[in-house]
Amino acid sequence: MFITNYIKEIFNGVKSLLTGMRITGYYFVHPKEIITEQYPDNRATLKMANRFRGEVVMIHNENNEHACTGCSACELACPNGTIKIINKFDINAEGKKKKAIDTFVYHLELCTMCNLCVIACPTDTIKMDQTFEHSVFDRSQLTKVLNRPGSKIKAGVE
Amino acid sequence: MLSLENIINGIHTWLNNTFDPTLALTCEFVLLGITAIAIFAVLGLVLVLMERKVAAIMQIRKGPNRVGPFGMFQTVADTLKLIMKEGLTPDGADKVLFNLAPFIVMIAAMLLLAPIPFAKGVQMWDINIGVLFISAVSSISVIGILMAGWASNNKYSLLGAMRSGAQIVSYELSAGLSVITIVILTGSLQLSEIVNAQQNGWWIFKGHIPVLISFVTFIIAVTAETNRAPFDLAEAESELTAGFHTEYSGMKFALFFLAEYINIFIACAIGATLFLGGWMPFHIGNWEGFNAIMDYIPSSIWFVGKTFFLIFLMMWFRWTFPRLRVDQLLNLEWKYLLPISMLNLLVVTVMAIMGWYF
Repeated sequence: MFITNYIKEIFNGVKSLLTGMRITGYYFVHPKEIITEQYPDNRATLKMANRFRGEVVMIHNENNEHACTGCSACELACPNGTIKIINKFDINAEGKKKKAIDTFVYHLELCTMCNLCVIACPTDTIKMDQTFEHSVFDRSQLTKVLNRPGSKIKAGVE
Repeated sequence: MLSLENIINGIHTWLNNTFDPTLALTCEFVLLGITAIAIFAVLGLVLVLMERKVAAIMQIRKGPNRVGPFGMFQTVADTLKLIMKEGLTPDGADKVLFNLAPFIVMIAAMLLLAPIPFAKGVQMWDINIGVLFISAVSSISVIGILMAGWASNNKYSLLGAMRSGAQIVSYELSAGLSVITIVILTGSLQLSEIVNAQQNGWWIFKGHIPVLISFVTFIIAVTAETNRAPFDLAEAESELTAGFHTEYSGMKFALFFLAEYINIFIACAIGATLFLGGWMPFHIGNWEGFNAIMDYIPSSIWFVGKTFFLIFLMMWFRWTFPRLRVDQLLNLEWKYLLPISMLNLLVVTVMAIMGWYF
């Protein structure tokens, strides 16, 4: 019947509105539920999500050794030319020339954090770090060299 | 005892004793004007901050918290920014109407302050047709909105303004009908008399369910009339950028913004006066002790408390419900609110004739 449906409609409408208001009302009287990170204040305890990618870094161990062989797989994998690898040739103990990395240039200003370089790396020497405070006053400061000065390749990595 | 009424009477007597009556009256008018503008400015700042805080907490955020303690000076900073901005007038706009519109909206809001009883004996103009005056003047602001939309020479503005017109024309009806229920029960259009009639209990308690229904109708209708979400079709930022005030900037925009919040305050103040007893303290039957304690709280506090409770209710609506479509908006009014409030009016009339209220 029309009038029953009409009243039922009003009743259901009011009920659904009150359901919504109950949720917002609950949040209003429970300010503890606030989920916003108070960023500059909680810098010491800030924990980023696992999936967050901030920048590419190269892993160095305590002897300042890395595992980069200079194979350029990351450079090839990068879709927008973020990585540039400059190689040199070391003379090893047997007098043979051996390819090694001279400079691992990383353009943070071009990087889209797609993670393809990390996947492409055969020796797992680069990874995504979670730092995110990258703002600087000059664009040139965003061009970084990832291998530390004086670092050399780990023994046994080919 | 120090109360608003005594202070005002003191000023009145002092002015009349010091100057001749004409000068005293002029002084009083000037003081009144300054007070009204000061109330406007302070209310605008407080309400915008309150809205932002309420919105934030309801959306599980913190809201403004950097400028001053708890972000208290955020709105002051915003206002300063708006004052310093350039007030642009678009090239194709109708210059006179464009610049006049914000002031019309503002003046309509200011006029509505006149008949509201703020506390015991504090009322600018105790006009004997107060309710009629309010419902008449509150419709003037739509002229300002239409003016702004038309003069902007912008499709979005015009659409927003036309929507606002359709909305106010239809919701004025149910707002009027719900106000009339109280007029019928009191038998007077004078706001001070409506307040006095609630001395032994507010109408929302004395009038049972029919008055409760008309209260709900009133709240829905004034939410629509002040163009607030979920009825903010006139602004509808996702569809019309900002609706009728798309082209406004600087202080002219600030006037629209301020007028919106003043309108909310006035609508809630009227709601509080009609349904929640205005400045009347909360009394329960014959509990002398309880009533005496309630009388001890100043009447202005009661008024402001009730008004802010209603404002909070409207903010609660705004940050809970999604915006309605135009056809849904008109359906709600013509198919639901209007028939219900008409039937309700009939029930209240019978109630008033038979004396079926406390």
